Amino acid sequence: MEVDEPARENWNGRWSHLRKILERKGPLTPTAFQPSPDILQFLLDNCKILVIGAGGLGCELLKNLALMGFRQITVIDMDTIDLSNLNRQFLFRQKDVGRSKAEVAAEFINKRIPGCQVTPHNCKIQDFDESFYRGFHLVVCGLDSIVARRWINGMLHSMLEYDEDGDLDKTTLIPLIDGGTEGFKGNARVILPGLTACIDCTLDLFPPQVNFPLCTIAHTPRLPEHCIEYARVLLWPKENPFGDDTPIDGDDPSHITWIYEKSTERASQYGIQGVTYRLTQGVVKNIIPAVASTNAVIAAACTTEVFKLATSCCNPLNNYMVFNDADGIYTYVYEQERNPNCVACSNRSQPLVFNKDAKLKDVIDHLVNSPSFQMKGPGITTSIEGKNKTLYMQTVPSIEEKTRPNLKLSLEELGLHDGCQLVVADSTSPSPILFQLKMKD
Amino acid sequence: LFSLVISCGLPEKPLLQLSKILWKENIPLLVVKSSGFLGYIRLQIREHFIVETHPDNRTSDLRLDTPWPELEAWLQTQADAMETMTREQHGHTPYPVILYKNLCEWRRTHDGNIPANYKEKKQFKELIKTGILKREQNPEVDEDEENFEEAMRAVNTVITHSNIPANTLNILNDESANNLTSQSENFWVIANAVKRFVDLEKRLPVEGLLPDMFSDSARYIELHNIYRDKASQDAETILRHVHHFLQSANRARDVVTEKEVQRFCRESRFLRLERGCSLEAEFSGTGSTSNLQNSLEDPDSDAIYYLVLRAVDRYTSEYGCVPGETDVEVESDTVKLKGIFSKLCSEAGLHPQGAQDDHIHEICRYGGAELHSVSAFLGGCAAHEAIKLLTGQFVPIDNIVVYNAVSSNVTTFKV
Repeated sequence: MEVDEPARENWNGRWSHLRKILERKGPLTPTAFQPSPDILQFLLDNCKILVIGAGGLGCELLKNLALMGFRQITVIDMDTIDLSNLNRQFLFRQKDVGRSKAEVAAEFINKRIPGCQVTPHNCKIQDFDESFYRGFHLVVCGLDSIVARRWINGMLHSMLEYDEDGDLDKTTLIPLIDGGTEGFKGNARVILPGLTACIDCTLDLFPPQVNFPLCTIAHTPRLPEHCIEYARVLLWPKENPFGDDTPIDGDDPSHITWIYEKSTERASQYGIQGVTYRLTQGVVKNIIPAVASTNAVIAAACTTEVFKLATSCCNPLNNYMVFNDADGIYTYVYEQERNPNCVACSNRSQPLVFNKDAKLKDVIDHLVNSPSFQMKGPGITTSIEGKNKTLYMQTVPSIEEKTRPNLKLSLEELGLHDGCQLVVADSTSPSPILFQLKMKD
Repeated sequence: LFSLVISCGLPEKPLLQLSKILWKENIPLLVVKSSGFLGYIRLQIREHFIVETHPDNRTSDLRLDTPWPELEAWLQTQADAMETMTREQHGHTPYPVILYKNLCEWRRTHDGNIPANYKEKKQFKELIKTGILKREQNPEVDEDEENFEEAMRAVNTVITHSNIPANTLNILNDESANNLTSQSENFWVIANAVKRFVDLEKRLPVEGLLPDMFSDSARYIELHNIYRDKASQDAETILRHVHHFLQSANRARDVVTEKEVQRFCRESRFLRLERGCSLEAEFSGTGSTSNLQNSLEDPDSDAIYYLVLRAVDRYTSEYGCVPGETDVEVESDTVKLKGIFSKLCSEAGLHPQGAQDDHIHEICRYGGAELHSVSAFLGGCAAHEAIKLLTGQFVPIDNIVVYNAVSSNVTTFKV
């Protein structure tokens, strides 16, 4: 076990650039900012950052943070390294394929940046609770999933505390910096839970997934993609080419080849051109091209905001930046406003309006399909005459089976009435969401 | 020799020397500078043409206002048959048929003109709506005919004059397209051939793509093939013009490939050309400064930082160090930097409006410090530009961007 060598770690001039920024005032520094050597010490010795995701954005974020003096960094990622990651996730090498992204990333950074301590966790963010998240000053996300974003957003909001006057206790506020990229487009946003707009405030902005209608796939294909979807969605479950209930593995060439061959057959039936192996793989894996430079830019923007918030040496982004470098280089910054009816941050019990004859299934469908909620698999419980009742729950198979008949029953039949409180649990939020049922005749 | 050179942090003198060589050799140069929360990227390139620009909102090229005989015949047959189609066929008729049918009707009652403004397009959509079948059970209510919905949605972008866009016209009318030499690059050779085509046919070559639309497979493919065949024909004609030129210039036929010509034709509505200015011309004020001057008129514009950062590089060349190196020198260096800044502006023929003292002081405060995240942002952008330049796809900056990490904004202007 090596002994700490502070002299070796902090060689002369190592932090001189940062010192100039943090120990000098200038015309653009906020008036409240007091330059001091303590700020750099805080970054080096105390500031605890959580990085969620060690992929395209995550690698860039870790590198940036480590090079800017942040040394207490925790990184969470549940994935392992894939060959296709290596073109841009530069903390990984070919020998690392198959290993945990978080672990390899941490190893690389710790070795490369003397004094930096990155702690990896190879698991889901949902595996941790409030006590874990309380330990950080800032959280920065480089995720590729909206569900995960909503979850961490919900977690940080649930940790907010208010005093007797209803004012936010700012010491319980942990800023969330979120970055996202898709091809040549990207965005970076600063979320101050309880103060600014959150992830769920703009839920309806997320672009819908491209899904081809089933009738097109089944009866009137026109594009090569339709033919591929036919093989993937209709033929595979019917023919089970690799054994009963064997799901499609997008990384298994024999699976892709089967789908490719069936797609080609279908295409030739209709005279459609353009089915290739590559297109097949792209459609099956729903591949959206990842561009290294976009990741670099967005991660850089996010790191700048982390630095600003950690040091207060500069006003942070307020609060949403859109980036696109397909035609020149374009940015657009605007202040996203809070949604007063936001599911995650408005602290308001959400109303659900239904007729008394409406079926429970209608309520579930609404929670899933409505742009405001976009839930994945909600479970509903309520309290009837003082007793807790589970109306429907999808996450536990035995309970799902037992409560499934309730879906066909009307709200009135289930014993619900106007004003009832419904408690909804879903993977998009760490804590249950309260709804008030408004029942119409 | 190199295809591209990227310069990071060179002082002014060597940068100017380098830029002169590269301008002469026609090698693009990307200059990147990062300082504190600010930075810029400057592209020096003589000329850059882009065939595959990948426009964000790519409109389709259906030519419903000027259909060629094969297209017109097919559309007419389909349109006439609509009265007697089964409900199934009616609802699976591709929307260009619907648009064509109604367009003919409209032209009959509008002197041959197509719907020209918002009001008329609205009326046109109403006309389309009257063609929707009624429900068998309930004749008061329209049937759900998805193809008619698509037709109405398409009116704004499809019912237009199939004109030649300005960018394309400029390219076709350019000196380089009209005075070919034995040294002319393929882009100009093909542009010349397209120009000949346009002069004769009064239209651009057909793109040949058909967006996906609600339709039965057979008719979609028939229609797609009509567009594809015409595009193929047009490209062949243009290829003949190309071969004609190559022969007369004593050059080999295969210098320009069929695929290249087809690609050019397919992208002809989205071609872009960028012409730049050398650093030498810019610094000495002999280039065009109107765009940059305009930006400088706005005291809130970040364009001013480009000049302040340039002044830093000149300062380094003159004094051998950066302004604001030590804490005590920040104030005095600000004064020196201001002097250099003023001289630099007047040499370049530029007159910044508004106070600049704060901008200059801020840069001195940085004392040459670079924030890694700011450099990383600029590096990512510059790398992206390099790839655009090398692949000839997507449109590069034209030709300076300033990045302000305080506001998280990028400002673009041209010299």
